Amino acid sequence: MTKVSMTVNGEAAEGEAEGRTLLVEFLREELGLTGTHVGCDTSQCGACVVHVDGRAVKACTMFALEAEGAEVRTIEGMANADGSLNVVQQAFQDHHGLQCGFCTPGMVMSAAALLDETPRPSEAEIRDYLEGNICRCTGYHNIVKAVLAASGQDAERIAAE
Amino acid sequence: MYAFDFEKPTSLNEAVTALQTEEAMPLGGGQTLIPSLKQRLAAPSKLVSLRGVDEIRGICRDDAGRICIGGGTTHAEVAAGVPEYPALAALAANIGDPAVRNRGTIGGSLANNDPSACYPAAALASGATIVTNTREIAADDYFEGMFMTALEEGEIITEVRFPVPEKAHYEKFEQPASRFALVGVFVAKFADGVRVAVTGASEEGVFRWSEAEAALASDFTPEAVQGLSVPAEGMIGDLHGSPEYRAHLVGVMTRRAVAAAG
Ligand SMILES: Cc1cc2nc3c(=O)[nH]c(=O)nc-3n(C[C@H](O)[C@H](O)[C@H](O)COP(=O)(O)OP(=O)(O)OC[C@H]3O[C@@H](n4cnc5c(N)ncnc54)[C@H](O)[C@@H]3O)c2cc1C
Ligand code: FES
Ligand code: FES
Repeated sequence: MTKVSMTVNGEAAEGEAEGRTLLVEFLREELGLTGTHVGCDTSQCGACVVHVDGRAVKACTMFALEAEGAEVRTIEGMANADGSLNVVQQAFQDHHGLQCGFCTPGMVMSAAALLDETPRPSEAEIRDYLEGNICRCTGYHNIVKAVLAASGQDAERIAAE
Repeated sequence: MYAFDFEKPTSLNEAVTALQTEEAMPLGGGQTLIPSLKQRLAAPSKLVSLRGVDEIRGICRDDAGRICIGGGTTHAEVAAGVPEYPALAALAANIGDPAVRNRGTIGGSLANNDPSACYPAAALASGATIVTNTREIAADDYFEGMFMTALEEGEIITEVRFPVPEKAHYEKFEQPASRFALVGVFVAKFADGVRVAVTGASEEGVFRWSEAEAALASDFTPEAVQGLSVPAEGMIGDLHGSPEYRAHLVGVMTRRAVAAAG
């Protein structure tokens, strides 16, 4: 076991990890932050997406020790300071961008990373960016609408296919 | 995963030394190696993370006008960092998904030499040079078949040097579940000839299609390769496509790549 420390959602976090401890295991089991989900554990589904130094990464495909000294943000760190949902989260609720909610933490983290890079993405850019986030419930349409809305664009203009 | 030691050196020298331990392996972005470790397909005694080795990250140009990409440079950094070689930027921008591109590295991709990976096609079609901590290897001598390369145990890809072609394009027929290439063709036209590299198709891994290269050298148009085909024998056959299907796609992707390269 090695001591590892990082900043998680703006606060210093410290714990123990083996070489093989995944970042997602460290977040969920060592820090108790169970908002980050494990869907596939094979780098395919994106349920485990978190931000490391501002970039979206799959926490099931990165070791905890690699995050030493890094700034990590998880779904628990997304709400506004007063506890209300942030703009992306609120848009997912308003546009029914979730059903069972299993994929939602990863979807929100990926969507937030997209909006950091591209503040007003087109529908095609949204679908392309979310390629690594799989949802078994919604058919994606309302997720795309939610991201359009979160970026201040008209969500109703995209037709259901 | 079996247990292993973990080291994160901050210089190339330290990394080379750390890799001298028996059964030690370098860790690039982990986007291939971590899934392999989970399946217990690899059991290293130690992983040496290259992420902290700044001297093998980043992009620059050499005196010969080549683009030099550090072996630890991520796909996302290449996608954003080589505007003078749009075909290479587009290839990097289309590997996997954004989270994979934020971790995965060019060195890891070329070291792994997956028969369906994208970078091997770019390196071979560009006539790139693979630079390691000990030597320089021409792309033509580097790829030795599926998952096989000229790299020795513990050798680290420090840089990849790409000559910039006059025209180029990578056409990828994506396998939607894995996001790898079912078949991908990279064409590159230089002043002194054309190079065509095919990935995803052959059981021998990435290869140059010399017949198409010869035809395109005198006439760089899709029509010039219209009548050409590769034999189905030796092509990969799996649940995603038969050898015949892949052989057919090689022709189609080549024509599309030439048309798009303009
Ligand atoms: C969902 C998903 C989709 C993907 N889609 C594509 C795709 O469309 N096209 C594509 O080409 N690839 C794809 N990949 C693979 C991806 O590009 C990987 O990043 C790449 O194959 C391996 O790079 P890495 O840096 O992650 O290497 P790692 O996984 O860390 O390492 C792979 C191997 O290379 C060795 N290694 C790593 N770095 C070096 C180095 N500098 N020198 C020597 N040896 C080294 C390691 O020891 C290991 O054997 C995908 C992966 C995933 C998970
Ligand atoms: S749990 Fe990480 S990608 Fe599915
Ligand atoms: S809401 Fe159920 S998987 Fe996306």
